[in-house]
Amino acid sequence: MDLNTTWFLLIWVLLTGYAILDGFDLGVGVLHLFARDERERRIHTGAIGPFWDGNEVWLLTGAGALFAAFPVVYATVFSSFYLALMLLLFALICRAVSLEFRSQVDSPGWRRAWDWAFGLGSLIPAILFGVAIGNILRGIPIEADGRANVSFASLLNPYALLIGVLSLAMFTMHGAAFLAIKSEGDLQRRAARWVFGAWVVFVILYLSTFAATFYAAPFLFEGAFSRALFWVFLVILLLAAVYTFVANRAGKYLRSFLASSVSIASVMGLTAVCLFPRVVPSSLDLAHSLTVYNASSTPRTLTVMLIIALVGMPIVIAYSAYIYRVFAGKVVISQESY
Amino acid sequence: MELDALLLSRLQFALTIGFHFLFPPLSIGLAWLVVIMEWRGWKRGDEDYVRAGKFFGKILGVTFAVGVATGIVMEFQFGTNWAQYSKFVGDIFGAPLAAEAIFAFFLESTFLGLYLFGRKKVSKGMHWFSALMVAVGSTLSAFWIIVANSWQQTPAGFEIRNGRAELTSFAEAAFNASTWPRFFHTFDACLVAGAFLVAGVSAYLVVKNNAVEVARKSLRLSLIFGLIVSLLALFPTGDWHAKQVARTQPEKFAAMEGLTKGKTRAPLVVFGNPKDRPPTLSFELGIPGVLSLLAFGDVSAYVPGIEDLRKEGHPTPPFVATFVSFHTMVGLGLLFILQSLLGVFLLCRKKLVDTHWYLKLLPWVIPLPLLACEFGWIVAEVGRQPWVVYRVLKTADAYSTNVTGGEVLFSIIMFGAIYAVLGALYVYTLARIVKRGPQSLTAEEVH
Repeated sequence: MDLNTTWFLLIWVLLTGYAILDGFDLGVGVLHLFARDERERRIHTGAIGPFWDGNEVWLLTGAGALFAAFPVVYATVFSSFYLALMLLLFALICRAVSLEFRSQVDSPGWRRAWDWAFGLGSLIPAILFGVAIGNILRGIPIEADGRANVSFASLLNPYALLIGVLSLAMFTMHGAAFLAIKSEGDLQRRAARWVFGAWVVFVILYLSTFAATFYAAPFLFEGAFSRALFWVFLVILLLAAVYTFVANRAGKYLRSFLASSVSIASVMGLTAVCLFPRVVPSSLDLAHSLTVYNASSTPRTLTVMLIIALVGMPIVIAYSAYIYRVFAGKVVISQESY
Repeated sequence: MELDALLLSRLQFALTIGFHFLFPPLSIGLAWLVVIMEWRGWKRGDEDYVRAGKFFGKILGVTFAVGVATGIVMEFQFGTNWAQYSKFVGDIFGAPLAAEAIFAFFLESTFLGLYLFGRKKVSKGMHWFSALMVAVGSTLSAFWIIVANSWQQTPAGFEIRNGRAELTSFAEAAFNASTWPRFFHTFDACLVAGAFLVAGVSAYLVVKNNAVEVARKSLRLSLIFGLIVSLLALFPTGDWHAKQVARTQPEKFAAMEGLTKGKTRAPLVVFGNPKDRPPTLSFELGIPGVLSLLAFGDVSAYVPGIEDLRKEGHPTPPFVATFVSFHTMVGLGLLFILQSLLGVFLLCRKKLVDTHWYLKLLPWVIPLPLLACEFGWIVAEVGRQPWVVYRVLKTADAYSTNVTGGEVLFSIIMFGAIYAVLGALYVYTLARIVKRGPQSLTAEEVH
């Protein structure tokens, strides 16, 4: 595997890590809008309290790594999706501060306002990530000189919106599965039902997206069908999705959550296999697409970055795993909780 | 009317970095002080320090959250508003940002969760270690971002090839001429900001007779700590940094020191009334020879002025903004030394807690180190203009050409509105936490 492909893989790992980890706390944030009372809301926030901040770093690292390894992709996509990204930043800011501010004042109106900020601050990113992926998959109008002029309205096309709703369903399912692990009694039963509901929507939307791709971006499947990895991911997705459902029904919530994580990884895997070696297809002419080769940094930078990633990431994964172990088990509301 | 996307993008960057940069200095400074408090609480079994650590840890949590929220914006903005820049320097500039995320963001965020929520879940040693990792992580974050910014100031380890800057040596690019002096000076300024926050809050609690046993200890700690780091901001870190600017960025140096014409035995301008177009300085009050001595270690050394550099064909930065920001920063720095020196003097005479006028003054000093940080940052960034990468790429050639002025105007209004609300909420929340004061500990937490 050459350096450029290795970096495509590493960024895939970072973004998949983000989708799995921040995915569950975005999902819990969305479900937060449907909590019945203050105690439930505090279980929601308590469930993700020690984790969400670290989870969001996966996105920052993904963006940073994209900048370092594929600066042309970073510059083109980020400037093309300008208003959508500003909306994303707005949502992420609201979300990041809402938990801290929420717990500071003990008044129902104040808390209600921050509940909305937290809920919508989770809902909007959950949709926007899908919209962004959808637009990248169908291609953006990159010209021969590398310029791309994209209007905000054109980002809101049916194909991208379909994937936006798909990602919302996927993260909601994932968040509900996490909540089922962390809660007990009535809330746990409801979380299990949410998993089921979101699962059905997820499966229907995924099949629809698959079909829609034949019309919106048929070039993605050219070559993909002949790649073994495509079929591997597809089979894993099928098994993991079914097992998410089965384990949830059997009340084995940790397994259901892990299966949901594997489903997300497979969805991300299929996306990457269909794109590769392109990173951003051009909707004007596929020859203008940004690929892992024409949009990358120099081999020297890619090598330095690889060393940094190989030294740093194992340590990150080690202490993150430790933190998850420390905070394993049901949420107990205490003085320190949000 | 055609809106100028370049000008608006510059304004947006100034607004978003200016607001963001209020929080990391506080987080970094507070984190190290919390590490000291928690260490004493743990090792000496001193309940007061545990309460102080918990109390300031809560402030750290809120400060950190706002810092993270506003920091994400920065990481995205290079791509959204400065696409030409990102394409041109991505081969070099992206790596420190990615390294910052991998080595610093994960560390601080993950361990902050453990620190805030894990007091009863892990051993005392592990809990202290989590505070330490927050401090180390936030400091590493400062390090990597200064590596990136220093490369813009004194670029090294690259060649212009294929229409962009390509890396030739990572070590030379990362550890360029200004990295170390800028890192130590900025890091020290963060410690000053943290120390004065703790001092101001503690003084308030002492005056209000709220948890006085706790507040006296944190006041004492922060004043001694504050004096040391205030001195270090001037010497050696400030002096070192200024010498480096004199050597590597003469335009910035001439502007910040108010030297319009090059001179031997150049004076250290203490006061003056600067004007732009052309850069002139009137009512100048200077000490002859001192600038030459400080910059090059020789009273008769020649220091080039703005006019000389212009004649050599080098564009120079906005004079008034650079000069005024630099002198305000230095003035504030001297004030911090006096302020903390007086506090330590009162402490030695055992009169500190009875000198109410002094204690009542301290809370008002809390914002000043942040102001000094802002001015320092303005000197660094405005003093580099019109370059975004010094003598390599102009700011005017760096913005995103595919983003319209209207879109940037929209996002400026959006950020302006959110940041105004965020700033107000932050101050309000901080005031509430402070008024509540350090809570008593439960028996479980003491033992």
